[in-house]
Amino acid sequence: MKDIIADLNKAFDHRVRLGIMSILLVNDWMEFNGFKTLLEVTDGNLASHIKALEKEAYIEVKKQFVGKKPNTTYRVTELGKKAFAAHLDALEKLLNIRP
Amino acid sequence: MTQNHRQHFETLQEIRSIMERSSRFISLSGLSGVSAGIFALIGAGFASAYLGRWPFGHDDYYPFKLQELHRWGLTAWQFFLIDAVVVFIGALGSAVFFTTRKAKLKGQKIWDPLVQRLLINLAIPLTSGFIFILGLIYHGLVGLAAPAALIFYGLALVHASKYTLNDIRYLGAAEIVLGLIATFFIGYGLLCWALGFGILHIGYGWYMYLKYERPASN
Repeated sequence: MKDIIADLNKAFDHRVRLGIMSILLVNDWMEFNGFKTLLEVTDGNLASHIKALEKEAYIEVKKQFVGKKPNTTYRVTELGKKAFAAHLDALEKLLNIRP
Repeated sequence: MTQNHRQHFETLQEIRSIMERSSRFISLSGLSGVSAGIFALIGAGFASAYLGRWPFGHDDYYPFKLQELHRWGLTAWQFFLIDAVVVFIGALGSAVFFTTRKAKLKGQKIWDPLVQRLLINLAIPLTSGFIFILGLIYHGLVGLAAPAALIFYGLALVHASKYTLNDIRYLGAAEIVLGLIATFFIGYGLLCWALGFGILHIGYGWYMYLKYERPASN
């Protein structure tokens, strides 16, 4: 039991971070505002969670201009995909243990 | 279930729901199906009147040459062109109207990558079908136009159901079945067309409206 709990990734230990990863797994890229409407969070809150995931190198940022507007999009990295899959596996295993 | 179990279970469910919401266009309104169906029925009604045929109870092939038809001051080609364009614009216009309205009510963007992906994936089979039907008409196989329209439209819906409400998958399957029936019972083409594009749209659109949109009655 202890071992499985250790498999849970601390970096994903928050609703918003789980949300960001879930979105990026099924979308090639996503804008900052896309996260905002899907997850219903404030700018500051979202930015701090994005930064945390970026620091782990689970997601990467692409900044570009669309016309004259700056546009920031995000994408999941290979490392992020693996880490999130491992996290989901751990969650699943925990669920399969009879209470 | 222990406290922890419940929590992990809810986490997994939420992940699933977010993946669903972020990868599908969910503002598609059931009312757009209803209005498209009404336009289709009106169009089929006019076509039936123009051909001078009661649409029920014919299992023979269209027994006349469309080139010889002339009614209401229009040749058959002129009539069907006008009929098709009016139905298409009416159906598409009302679909855009109701779907935009639903997106606005829910505070969702209408023109986002999700709707673009949905439209591209609808457009590929629909455009192929449209050109294929032009080919059928060109070769004088007018009777196969309605079945082909149903089959291609059904395939488009089944295909596009990955990118929007999954319910349209079953609507698509029903359209395909109708199209295949009409392929063999070719005299019932217009009837099947009216059933598929009219009645099924209205029924299924209304069902989806009740399921997803009707304001809670309490």
